[in-house]
Amino acid sequence: MTVGLSFSQLSEEEKMQHFLDRINAGEKIEPDDWMPDDYRMQLIRLISMHGISEIMGALPEKEWVPKAPSLHRKLAIMAKVQDEMGHGQLLLRVAEDLMAPLGKTRHDIMEDLFSGKLKFHNVFHMDAPTWGDAGIIAWLVDGAAIISQSMMLDSSYGPYARALKRICAEEVFHAQHGESIILAMAEGTPEQRQMLQDALNRWWESLIMFFGPKSAKETGNSNADKNIMYKIRTKTNEDLRQEFFTKYIPRIWSLGLTIPDETIHFDEETQMWIYKDADWSNFKQIVSGNGPQSQNRLDLRRRSYKNNEWVREALAAKKAI
Amino acid sequence: MTQETLKPQEKAALIELLYQMGDDDFILAFRGSEWLGLAPHIEEDVAFSSISQDMMGHANLYYRLLEDLGEGEADRIAHLRTPEQFRNAIILEEVNGPGTYLKEPDYDWAFAVVRNYFYAVHKQIRLESLRHSSYEPLAEAARKIMTEQYYHLMHWEVWFKQLMTSTDEAIERMNAAINKVWRDFGGVLTLGPSYADIVKADLIDDEAVMKKRWMNKMEAVFKEVGAFYPGEPRMERGNGRNGVHTDDLKQALSTLSEVYATNPATGW
Repeated sequence: MTVGLSFSQLSEEEKMQHFLDRINAGEKIEPDDWMPDDYRMQLIRLISMHGISEIMGALPEKEWVPKAPSLHRKLAIMAKVQDEMGHGQLLLRVAEDLMAPLGKTRHDIMEDLFSGKLKFHNVFHMDAPTWGDAGIIAWLVDGAAIISQSMMLDSSYGPYARALKRICAEEVFHAQHGESIILAMAEGTPEQRQMLQDALNRWWESLIMFFGPKSAKETGNSNADKNIMYKIRTKTNEDLRQEFFTKYIPRIWSLGLTIPDETIHFDEETQMWIYKDADWSNFKQIVSGNGPQSQNRLDLRRRSYKNNEWVREALAAKKAI
Repeated sequence: MTQETLKPQEKAALIELLYQMGDDDFILAFRGSEWLGLAPHIEEDVAFSSISQDMMGHANLYYRLLEDLGEGEADRIAHLRTPEQFRNAIILEEVNGPGTYLKEPDYDWAFAVVRNYFYAVHKQIRLESLRHSSYEPLAEAARKIMTEQYYHLMHWEVWFKQLMTSTDEAIERMNAAINKVWRDFGGVLTLGPSYADIVKADLIDDEAVMKKRWMNKMEAVFKEVGAFYPGEPRMERGNGRNGVHTDDLKQALSTLSEVYATNPATGW
């Protein structure tokens, strides 16, 4: 930058170049720094979706909170759903700061969720009909989340990277809690093992979908590529899915469980897992709010938002005593 | 006193008291957990779920003390008793509102605040008394619980005072909740039929003394927020300490034990 020339006098191209130089040098972008609109919009989209997914993600497990089959499990799953809600809150705060210059608030995030404009993760649209599902969610969905979130620990956006650091630390406990449920069931009665296998069968395709399609051609969406350019993320969807397979497939097999995909195997030549891909048209349907539990879970939040309107009004009008 | 020095009559009284306190926390923690994702805002969801988890932990502590006294495994205590064997106060088992936690929950936040606040005030008084309990393991548990209870009480007090001094609608809803809770809150303030033995064994203060403390505190708070103090709380639907309960408890227990009861002998 020329000495004596302030940043605001630079042309848009020069600002952009300065911004790209910073992120390429590994610097963190902070909320008050200049950033291209496109970068801001990518962050808002990604972080509000992530935040709201944490919040919606507490709902399937909440179904199992009272039913958890021992005091110890009850305490553990209560701690877990509380963490998820806390992650949601942390992330929405990050998103809110990014949205502030656009005149938008938490209220807009909630409205966008209710209208279906703001999507949440495919996995949280699905049924969780047994305690085995609670185990699979904590073990494999949280395990998948750790893999995709760890990749962004070095995200170019400072507040997101810092929030993820805390979130990942807690997710590790969640995955351990899930693994402990799974182990107890795998070593249990034939009924417990069957319950576990059924849950794995139910969740497998959702887990493949969790990381998103291999390339833009499946969904016509290039957000992942953009986010790599902006150094918000560092790996492709397929890189992450392969990492997940490498970590979890041997563990699933070692428990004597069957993966509901006869074709799945590791190809030594390409050093890649070969597997049956998900039905991506179904994925689109699910995340558009047409999954088996999408509307039920959204209704829970819509209803409580409406029922508690008087509380928000009361807080806004609070008199000092 | 320790487990070894307890006389049979003292032991029976202690067991009764532990069931009362354990069941109070267990059932209200369950009602709290049903609120997850439905609280007025996300920050409250985080706080309330933390409180519910703490309370479930407190119930667990009491159940462990019962286990030590030969009442069977804590998990069986929590999951396999019939409703008549539960000793919690009736107002604590009451549903949060119409609907269930899975379907169409029209939960009442005013009821949640009032019930939890009134209970937290009583729990604080109870714990302060238990710190000097003649049964040392109980005194120790009380000291541990108090470190968390301090925040619970503060949390619900802030909510209570804020809503009681806000919009007309909030005040109206809060008053309706106060009336509802007042009709049965007497059930929380009693030590039940074993009352004389519990007090005689010096396990906790006399229920009349603790009730007076609770009423004094309530009267002061009502005055502070400019509300009418309704006098002594009643026990209209019976005494949960006697095993008298409503269908709400039956429903709660069948949910709480749904998975465990399928096979209590196996590891979960």
